[in-house]
Amino acid sequence: MDDLRLVERDVDANNVKISAQKVQVYYGSNHAIKDVDVDIEDKTVTAFIGPSGCGKSTFLRCLNRMNDTIDVCRVEGTINLDGEDIYDERVDPVQLRAKVGMVFQKPNPFPKSIYDNVAYGPRIHGLASNKADLDVIVEKSLRRGAIWDEVKDRLDAPGTGLSGGQQQRLCIARAVATEPEVLLMDEPCSALDPIATAQVEELIDELRQRYSVVIVTHSMQQAARVSQKTAFFHLGNLVEFGETGQIFTNPEDPRTESYITGRIG
Amino acid sequence: MTSILAALVFVAGFAAYFVGRQRATALAGANPAEMHSRPSYHGFFGFLIVVICGFGALILVNLVSSYQMNSAMMSTIAERLPSSSNIERQLIVSDARALAVGAVASASDDLRQELAASFARMANIWAWVRVLGVLGLVAMAFLYAQNKVSLTWRARNQSEFLVQIVLGVMATIAVLTTVGIVLSLIFETLSFFSKIDWRIDKFLFGTTWSPLSGVHSGEMDADKVGAIPLFAGTLMITMIAMVVAVPIGLFAAIYLSDFASPRFRAIAKPMLEILAGIPTVVYGFFAAITVAPLFRGAGDSIGIPIASESALVAGMVMGIMIIPFISSLSDDVINAVPQALRDGSYGLGATRAETITKVVLPAALPGIVSAALLGFSRAVGETMIVVMAAGQGANLTANPFEAVTTVTVQIVMLITGDTEAETAAGPAFTLGFTLFCVTLLMNVAAQRIVARYREMYD
Repeated sequence: MDDLRLVERDVDANNVKISAQKVQVYYGSNHAIKDVDVDIEDKTVTAFIGPSGCGKSTFLRCLNRMNDTIDVCRVEGTINLDGEDIYDERVDPVQLRAKVGMVFQKPNPFPKSIYDNVAYGPRIHGLASNKADLDVIVEKSLRRGAIWDEVKDRLDAPGTGLSGGQQQRLCIARAVATEPEVLLMDEPCSALDPIATAQVEELIDELRQRYSVVIVTHSMQQAARVSQKTAFFHLGNLVEFGETGQIFTNPEDPRTESYITGRIG
Repeated sequence: MTSILAALVFVAGFAAYFVGRQRATALAGANPAEMHSRPSYHGFFGFLIVVICGFGALILVNLVSSYQMNSAMMSTIAERLPSSSNIERQLIVSDARALAVGAVASASDDLRQELAASFARMANIWAWVRVLGVLGLVAMAFLYAQNKVSLTWRARNQSEFLVQIVLGVMATIAVLTTVGIVLSLIFETLSFFSKIDWRIDKFLFGTTWSPLSGVHSGEMDADKVGAIPLFAGTLMITMIAMVVAVPIGLFAAIYLSDFASPRFRAIAKPMLEILAGIPTVVYGFFAAITVAPLFRGAGDSIGIPIASESALVAGMVMGIMIIPFISSLSDDVINAVPQALRDGSYGLGATRAETITKVVLPAALPGIVSAALLGFSRAVGETMIVVMAAGQGANLTANPFEAVTTVTVQIVMLITGDTEAETAAGPAFTLGFTLFCVTLLMNVAAQRIVARYREMYD
């Protein structure tokens, strides 16, 4: 693992953005997440790593209540966003998801034009009062998604016609367009080739300037490259959580060490 | 006789299978990998070639024999009764056949008895030809297949080739049948148009439909074959049906696919599909006996005269009939919209309503449109409901409370009426052909739209 850039991690003086305590998730009778405590900091990239089926994606989906769309799924414990419990009855998951955006494993552009894909969020949330405002938002978002130069001449072309890497960056631009405070990314690079992956990783590093980013990944190199904090999940438990450098060079738990050296997983 | 032969062919086929497999297994011995084809393919090849040859010979002999016997008898009749018409000659032939097998004939005279005797003689000879020909060919095929069994014989490829040919023949039969039906529609339509001196405009745009009134010996009055009242009635009833079926079907599909709990869906979806299983004749008398009096009574009480046979009742009941088509197809296409798209929309903070109206429905729209078009073409072709509930008089009106008639109703009236078939067939076939063209256009349009829709996700 020579490519791990472990040095010079300028973790800012951090305030906690999302705080999860004693989170339990059940799928029917299956206890998928057990007693997870995590503090996710603002303007930080937090990586969730762990073997398949360990619950990292499930936990990620708890953070913007995407699990609400699954009937058999039940979440217990508290998850606070800026000190407010997101599972409180008064919280509307629709408003929550506008604040906590999500990018999925497989690029999922809507079967609409590139412009309409990006404008979707601003339109439903009424972020633009006129066409000119919307144009500005779309351009800004596509620039932040690092895809503006590639699509600026064909904003009316369907988003589904782009290549896989472009589609994923379009989806990131779409998520950014609603001005979220937290961006959740569920294995955003697993369907991409190395070049597109590098572009998306670069993008994640830039997004950190403004947002708190949580990324689920199967690639430990990726976690080491892009994140400042890393959480290791195993069989529904949060085994270890700490500075990325710490986790990868000097893990406390023997299971973490086994996983990052390739003995389990 | 023929069925016993067919059974024998099958027995020989199975024998060829087992013998061929046995021989191949023995030949392969301890080293089956050296053989090109697995033993069962050697057996299968034998089965196929025996059955194909057997049935081929059977069909061929039957065709040739019936043709030969028919033409022999016809030429005899032509000699004896040179002035007889074709129809009389055919009647004599069928009487002779009936006499020969001891069934009831329409008349019995010397000529018929003589023909019956010669028919029996010929049939006897042909029976032997059939048995010997079929069994001989089967035996040859059997020996051929067994002779072919060897280490290098490509039995698998050959039997796959034979299977391909059988499949091709079946497909050809299906296609040729369709072509035949369409051609007969076209020819009958042309002959009808020639009877009205090619005044096709009178048929398409005339407003008086009474094709059989005052008709003598196949003559047609071009002024009485105006089909506009029929087209208008069909269109009105279809439109009423669509107005009922599209909203109910589509909203039901949206509810079932995106809102209903799995338990409700598991109950409601089969219930909706039961609607599709109700025979249309039941809908027909439901419309005529239950719904129509209800509407007439309701109309009376608020002062609107509603005829007991009305476009409204027929159209509404037809709409109920079409609901399951539209809801089931729409439900399928809405479910085919990937969950990832819904997640993407929810992940951006969209509500369920926004997700459905802005993402799911636009993505599913082509499929929904094609579902509506298929429902439309079913409504256009629907017969039983309108026969019972819509009326028979060709009444050109825009009032849905009055009785109207449809293309299908008029076809039923023409064919089941007392007029001789040759006269009634012309207008009936022409109406049928018009209906066929409309439905075909609808279906082609629907399939085009579905095809374009498929490209988007696959």
